[in-house]
Amino acid sequence: MSGSRRSADVIVIGGGIHGCSTALHCALRGLSVILIEKDHAGRHASGVNAGGVRQLARHVAEIPLSNASMAIWHRIAELVDDDCGFTCDGQVLVAENEDDLANCRARVDDLNLRGFHHEEMIDAKELREIVPAVSENCPGGVISRRDGAAIPLRATQAFKRKAASLGADIREGVRVTKVERDGSNWRVVTDAGEFLSPRIVNAAGAWADRLAADLDEPVPLEVIAPMLMITAPLPAFIKPVVILRGRKLSFKQFGNGTVLIGGGHLGTPLRDENVTLLDWKKLAISAGTVWDLFPIMRGAPVVRAWAGIEARMPDDLPVFGKSARHEGVYHQFGFSAHGFQLGPGAGAVMAEIIATGRSNVPIDGLDIARFTTTH
Amino acid sequence: MTPVAGIEQLAESYDLVVVGAGPAGLSAAARAAGLGLTVLLADENPAPGGQIYRAITTTPVKDRAILGEDYWRGAEIVARFERSQASYAARCTVWSLGPDEASPGSFELGLSVDGKARMIGARQVILATGAQERPFPIPGWTLPGVMTAGAAQIALKGAGIVPAGRTVIAGCGPLLYLLASQLAAARCEIVAVLDTTPRANWPKALAALPDFLRSPYLAKGLKLMAATRRKLRFVSNVTSLSAKGEGTLRQVGFEQGERQGAIACDTLLLHQGVIPSVNFSNAAGCAHAFDEEQHAWVPRVDAWLASSVPGIAIAGDGAGIGGAESAALRGEIAAFGAASRLGKLSEAERDRQAAPIRAALMRLLHGRRFLDLLYRPAPQFLAPPQDETIICRCEEVTAGQVRDAAARLGVTGPNQMKAFLRCGMGPCQGRLCGPTVVELIAQTRGTTPAEVGYYRLRPPVKPVTLAELAALPQTEAAVKAVVR
Ligand SMILES: Cc1cc2nc3c(=O)[nH]c(=O)nc-3n(C[C@H](O)[C@H](O)[C@H](O)COP(=O)(O)OP(=O)(O)OC[C@H]3O[C@@H](n4cnc5c(N)ncnc54)[C@H](O)[C@@H]3O)c2cc1C
Ligand SMILES: Cc1cc2nc3c(=O)[nH]c(=O)nc-3n(C[C@H](O)[C@H](O)[C@H](O)COP(=O)(O)OP(=O)(O)OC[C@H]3O[C@@H](n4cnc5c(N)ncnc54)[C@H](O)[C@@H]3O)c2cc1C
Repeated sequence: MSGSRRSADVIVIGGGIHGCSTALHCALRGLSVILIEKDHAGRHASGVNAGGVRQLARHVAEIPLSNASMAIWHRIAELVDDDCGFTCDGQVLVAENEDDLANCRARVDDLNLRGFHHEEMIDAKELREIVPAVSENCPGGVISRRDGAAIPLRATQAFKRKAASLGADIREGVRVTKVERDGSNWRVVTDAGEFLSPRIVNAAGAWADRLAADLDEPVPLEVIAPMLMITAPLPAFIKPVVILRGRKLSFKQFGNGTVLIGGGHLGTPLRDENVTLLDWKKLAISAGTVWDLFPIMRGAPVVRAWAGIEARMPDDLPVFGKSARHEGVYHQFGFSAHGFQLGPGAGAVMAEIIATGRSNVPIDGLDIARFTTTH
Repeated sequence: MTPVAGIEQLAESYDLVVVGAGPAGLSAAARAAGLGLTVLLADENPAPGGQIYRAITTTPVKDRAILGEDYWRGAEIVARFERSQASYAARCTVWSLGPDEASPGSFELGLSVDGKARMIGARQVILATGAQERPFPIPGWTLPGVMTAGAAQIALKGAGIVPAGRTVIAGCGPLLYLLASQLAAARCEIVAVLDTTPRANWPKALAALPDFLRSPYLAKGLKLMAATRRKLRFVSNVTSLSAKGEGTLRQVGFEQGERQGAIACDTLLLHQGVIPSVNFSNAAGCAHAFDEEQHAWVPRVDAWLASSVPGIAIAGDGAGIGGAESAALRGEIAAFGAASRLGKLSEAERDRQAAPIRAALMRLLHGRRFLDLLYRPAPQFLAPPQDETIICRCEEVTAGQVRDAAARLGVTGPNQMKAFLRCGMGPCQGRLCGPTVVELIAQTRGTTPAEVGYYRLRPPVKPVTLAELAALPQTEAAVKAVVR
């Protein structure tokens, strides 16, 4: 129900997949929630990303969150009444040479020692069975079989809709300009009036450093604009999502035949204008990599290219958990170009921390203190 | 004029790049070159002319009566351009336009000629990319045998071809009569013209009649209408249309109020007026507004046709429908603006030289409002009432699906609709479904197209192949910038 509520148990700032997921999970726990989004839910990174739902090749510090998320992705429709376009064909990391392969093996061995078994080595033969189009010289790779992809904006909006149906008050088109202490509450000042709550969640994506600075917890957040391009439909030739070890590339063919090409080349973000500038010369490098690896793609027309505004932290890990300075402040940002998959699980964990003070899912190493204690 | 035969012959950069060689682009390029700017005019067609003067230098249709005197007037515009110092790249698709970060205040454009791509620079850009026919989805419009009237005109001008067999033309707008008369003159067998102009438009249009009576269009329009009505079977006040047939078109069904009719035919030509083609200006980040009278999205431009993006101007029908003659004049005005921004012309000199052109433009546009109001399409043609009607041809999305998503899933705008239905995600980038999707959302949610907004479009504005991109020449600086 959208009402005219001015205070709630929790105020979530930012309507990306993270804010919407946290709002939903808080509502599921019976907390009253106001979510404030300056544009519309999913307008930024969460609505325009590559949709990769990937446990593969994650930093160990975020594997527990990623695992929690994956469990939710596999029953996503039960949670949000919409399958979010989730499909599960696995993700494969292709080693282009023996060095790459040795790296892969060391990584998988290390994960196994830590008790994580979602990544498995595959040899050249299995690689070719799963990805027949890949070039002959690739000696093998790593697969994460439960990985897949979903439709980003649809997923984010499904979380928002479900949260709203459970009573969360979703305010789109409202911008938070300031947060400040007011007795036992936080006062959230917006261009549509003020809101009060004992707890606030900073899920403001690429703008989150501004709130953090307001709260006297400055973070070295870098605003980036990862670019993607998509082709017209081609005959089906690949099922899993493919990423490379050595060069920057991520690659996926959808059911309708279109192929999404990404992999980390960056355009220029202009976050105050909500726009990004593409860098065609760098997109040309992605195109060159695909040209090398998948000869079948050479004549494909590229029909669209875009970039999203995303927050990156210096260590490529999110800032996740309680504030290091203030009671009632929680941070959930800085997902460094791989936070879509984490959204469903991170929201559940955040709601648990808000409601109970703790969570069994380890989030060591993601704390904001790693940036604030140094100065 | 200097022809550019291959992509490698392009200069690294120009003072002005004009996109589109219709009357607006030709006039803009000729005028700007005359004012001392280095100018490139790029157009995807093999020869200059744009929509109205398409193939004017090459058409096999030599009998001047067929295409009419207005068409042949283009020869003068092309000749003037040919006498100018501008460079001209034919078969050149411009697929991207953005700021050049290496040189603030100027632009980088992506161009392709004959399967080879390149990026070049420009200090000013004039988009003269013209108009497109308004999408006109009716049941059965995807059957072979149904096409737009504009497509038939292109075949006629470019190759001297007319549709085979019994042909019906249906729709509304001033061009409908022109298209019918041109095709009839070229011996196309037109068995009927089904006019869907809503009767209810007349009272509103009449209020704008006094201006129209003084406009140069009046006599021309009346003559054309009378001649077409005399020669061809004309059915007015058509309120519903459908194309029927198994595997191919066999007949067109229609309603005229209570009366139902059907006409057997082999070709059905649909036309419902033209709207600015906003894909390029939208993808370039120019602000647009919904023009209630033209019932279309139109880029915001100032008196010199400069858009909201400094350095990009929009001339011709792409900046609002005004017809060919006004397009040429608006091309000139945009050129004056660009020259003055580049310091080639003082503002006073600019104003003085442009004054007579501006006056002529005012005269021409005087009667336009009457046409806009009279030929505003009926609601049932803007947003098809039948759920099964396909509205996005690329992704085969139906009107019912869009209504359902807007009502049940609460989808409030076309960009969100993309995520649910993929409409607007196909190779046409929403050119064919955009206006209809907006209309359907507005109707379902009880709001207006202006409130609903439009697709945020992304480059490439026209598809470019992966191979073309992969072979894009790399500068050393760009390679270094990537390794980070
Ligand atoms: C091109 C691209 C491809 C990617 N591919 C993948 C992928 O394949 N897999 C994957 O897992 N991840 C991927 N990512 C990363 C992923 O999209 C992000 O990590 C994730 O969406 C971040 O979610 P978020 O909710 O933190 O941020 P966002 O989605 O950016 O949401 C933050 C929201 O906060 C709002 N906001 C900010 N400031 C204020 C304020 N003051 N007041 C009100 N609202 C405010 C913003 O408007 C915004 O909507 C990709 C990202 C990009 C850009
Ligand atoms: C199908 C159709 C038929 C029409 N027929 C008539 C008619 O017979 N009589 C009449 O009075 N009016 C006609 N009109 C209206 C008419 O378009 C204009 O009044 C007039 O042509 C507008 O001139 P312009 O210079 O603005 O654009 P146009 O004449 O449309 O010229 C635009 C040019 O830009 C090119 N272009 C567009 N995008 C790119 C790109 N990305 N890269 C390279 N080139 C590009 C196009 O191919 C075209 O050649 C027609 C409109 C349409 C859509």
